[in-house]
Amino acid sequence: MAAPRTMFEKIWSRHVVAEGAGDMSLLYIDRLLMHDGAVHTFGRLRASGRAVRRPEAIVATADHYVPTAGGEAAGADPAIRAMVDGMARHTGELGIPYFGPGDPRQGIVHVMGPEQGFTVPGITLVCGDSHTATHGAFGCLAFGIGASEVEHVLATSCLWQRKPRAMRIRVDGVRPPGVAAKDVILAVIARISAAGGTGHVIEYAGAAIAAMSMDERMTVCNMSIEAGARAGMVAPDATTYAFLAGRPFAPAGEGWDQALASWQTLPSDAGAAFDTEVALDASALAPTVTWGTSPQEALPITGRVPDPADTADPARRAAIERMLAYMGLAANTPLTAIRIDRVFIGSCTNSRLEDLRAAAEVVRGRRTVVPAWAVPGSGLIKQAAEAEGLDRVFREAGFEWRAPGCSMCIGMNGDTGRPGERVASTSNRNFEGRQGKGVRTHLMSPAMAAAAAVTGRLTDVRALGAAGA
Amino acid sequence: MEPFTALTATAVPFDAVNIDTDRIIPARFLHRQRGPEYAGLLFHDVRFDEDGRERADFILNQPAFRDARILVAADNFGCGSSREHAVWALAAYGIRAVIAPSFGDIFFNNCFKVGVLPVVVAPETAAALRRRLHAMPGAAVTVDLESQTVTGPDGARIPFTVDPFRREGLLSGKDEIALTLGHEAAIAAFERRHADEEPWLRITRPS
Repeated sequence: MAAPRTMFEKIWSRHVVAEGAGDMSLLYIDRLLMHDGAVHTFGRLRASGRAVRRPEAIVATADHYVPTAGGEAAGADPAIRAMVDGMARHTGELGIPYFGPGDPRQGIVHVMGPEQGFTVPGITLVCGDSHTATHGAFGCLAFGIGASEVEHVLATSCLWQRKPRAMRIRVDGVRPPGVAAKDVILAVIARISAAGGTGHVIEYAGAAIAAMSMDERMTVCNMSIEAGARAGMVAPDATTYAFLAGRPFAPAGEGWDQALASWQTLPSDAGAAFDTEVALDASALAPTVTWGTSPQEALPITGRVPDPADTADPARRAAIERMLAYMGLAANTPLTAIRIDRVFIGSCTNSRLEDLRAAAEVVRGRRTVVPAWAVPGSGLIKQAAEAEGLDRVFREAGFEWRAPGCSMCIGMNGDTGRPGERVASTSNRNFEGRQGKGVRTHLMSPAMAAAAAVTGRLTDVRALGAAGA
Repeated sequence: MEPFTALTATAVPFDAVNIDTDRIIPARFLHRQRGPEYAGLLFHDVRFDEDGRERADFILNQPAFRDARILVAADNFGCGSSREHAVWALAAYGIRAVIAPSFGDIFFNNCFKVGVLPVVVAPETAAALRRRLHAMPGAAVTVDLESQTVTGPDGARIPFTVDPFRREGLLSGKDEIALTLGHEAAIAAFERRHADEEPWLRITRPS
C-alpha cells in the first residue's frame, strides 16, 4: 500500500514537470489571476517579444489602483488611472478575460476568483499578490509570487519552485459567540509568530475549520502569509462543492462529475506525516485585536498593551518599544481604552457578504461616532448586500458605502488615513505606513470593527449589548 | 540580470526583526516603472522626513554606512507583500547581498530574479556580525557565492549554501524564462497527460 500522503503532497506531485538541479522542481501552473498592479509585467513580457503561452488560463481584474469613491475614477491621480487603463488595454490585446471598473464582476482579485468559480480544488494557482493564499480555502495549492515570476508563468505556464514543508494547524472545539474566523487566524499568528510558517504550506484542519463557511475559510487562509507561509489550505468537502456548483467558470455537467471524483481524493490520508503540527482550541478564543506593527502582535480584547519592562530579551524589548512609539500607545493600557479615529471594513480578508452581514448586525440601529467605510469585495457582493438592504443599514448608521477595491488595505489608490490617525481595520496588515504614512492600524474582525465604529474605541463586541440599550 | 559572483563592500546592520516590504518601499510608489530612481525610494518613509530631508537617526544616512552594498538583518527580513519593487529598490541603491537568519519566502525568491543574493545564516551568527558592524562602523564584509562563504570584518569565514539551481542562475545571470522555454517539449507532454487525467480542468469561458 502506498504511504499516506498530505493533500499538499498529492497536489504538488501531480504538477511536477521536471526536476532541476538541487531540490528545485519545474511546477506546472494551472491558473493565473492578475490585477492592475501587473501592468508593467505585461509591458516587459511584450517588450521581450514573448507570447502569453496560455491566455485561456488567466482571468484579470482591477483592484489595487481602483478608487472606491464611486463614479468613473473622476479626479484620480493620472498615474494611478494609467494602471487601470493599462490593464484594460493589455488584456484586450492579449485576449484575456478582464473584469474592469463598471463590470459587476470586478472586485478584489481574491474575492473575484472564487466568486467566479475560477478557483477550484486540486489546482495550482498563482497571482502576483501575497494574499493568493486565500484560494487554498478550496483545497488547491495557491501562492503569491513576484513580478518576474508572473512574467515567467505568462511565458511558460510553469515556475521553478523548491518544495515547501508541510505544517498542519488543527483547530478543534466550537467558537464561542462573538469569535469570528478572523479571531481564529489572528490567534494562530500570535501563537506561531509572523515567521512561524516560513518555508511551509499550512493545512488548516479540525472541527472548527470543518464547521466554517467558505467565506470564513478564505479569511483564515488569506492571512497564512502573515504567519510566513506562502500557502494555506483546507480540505475540500460538501461546503466547498456547494459553494462552487453553478459558478461561471466551475466545471459543469459531465465535467462536474469528473471534477468531484478527483476532488474527493484530495484530503490528506489518515496517518499522513506533517513536518510541523500545531493545535488550538477554538472554544478558548476571544475576540482579538492587534496592538503593534506586525500581525503577530495580537491579544484578546480583554487584555492590555504589553509592557516592555516585562520582557527579558533586549531585542524583543526594543521591538516592543519601537512599536509602542509608532502606535502612540502606553504600556499596560487596557485595549478597550484605546480610542480610534476611523474604521475600515473591507479587504481580501473581510469584504465578503458574510463579513458585511456580521458588521451590519452590529451597527443596525446605532450611530458611528468616527468616519467609517464599508468597502464590498466585488460588484456582485455589493449588489447582493444591497438586495438585503445592508447598504441602508450602513448608511443609516453613518458609514460610507463604497465601490469595490483594495481601498484602505493597501493605500495606493488614494484611500489612506492621515498621519497619526488610528484605524480599526478588518484588513490583514498593521505594518508601519500600510494604510498611509504614519497611520496606526489595529486589525480585527468585521463585528469588532463595527463595534469600534459605534463607540469610538476598541470594544469587546460581546459586551455591546442590544442596539439602543 | 546582473550576475553575482563575489562582493567586498561596507555592510550595514539592521537589528529589527520582521522588516516588511512595505517598510522597504511604500505602496504609493509601486506604479512607477523600474529604474535607477528606485534608489531614492528605498526605505523611503524611515529614511526621509516630511520635507524629504534625510533623517539623521536612520542608519543608511550615517556617513559610515552610506555606501553599504551588503545588509545584515534579523529574522524574517522582507516579510509581507510580494512586491518585487522591494528588491528593485535595494538593487538600485546598490545593495547586492542581504544576510539574515530568515527571509520572507516571496522576497527570497524575488531576490534571485533581480540579482540580489539572500544569504541564510544562523541567528547567533547574524547577531554577532551585526554587533561587529556596530562596533566597527563602515567595516567591509565579503560575500562570495562561488565558494559560498561570508568573510566578516575580523576575517572569520562563515559558510552558507544556496540551492545549486539558484546559485547557477545568479552566477551566470542567465535569463530564466529562456532556460524554461528550453523545456517546452516536457511542458507540452506534461500538459497532454494532465489534460487526459483531469479533463475537467479545461476552462470553458462563461458566455
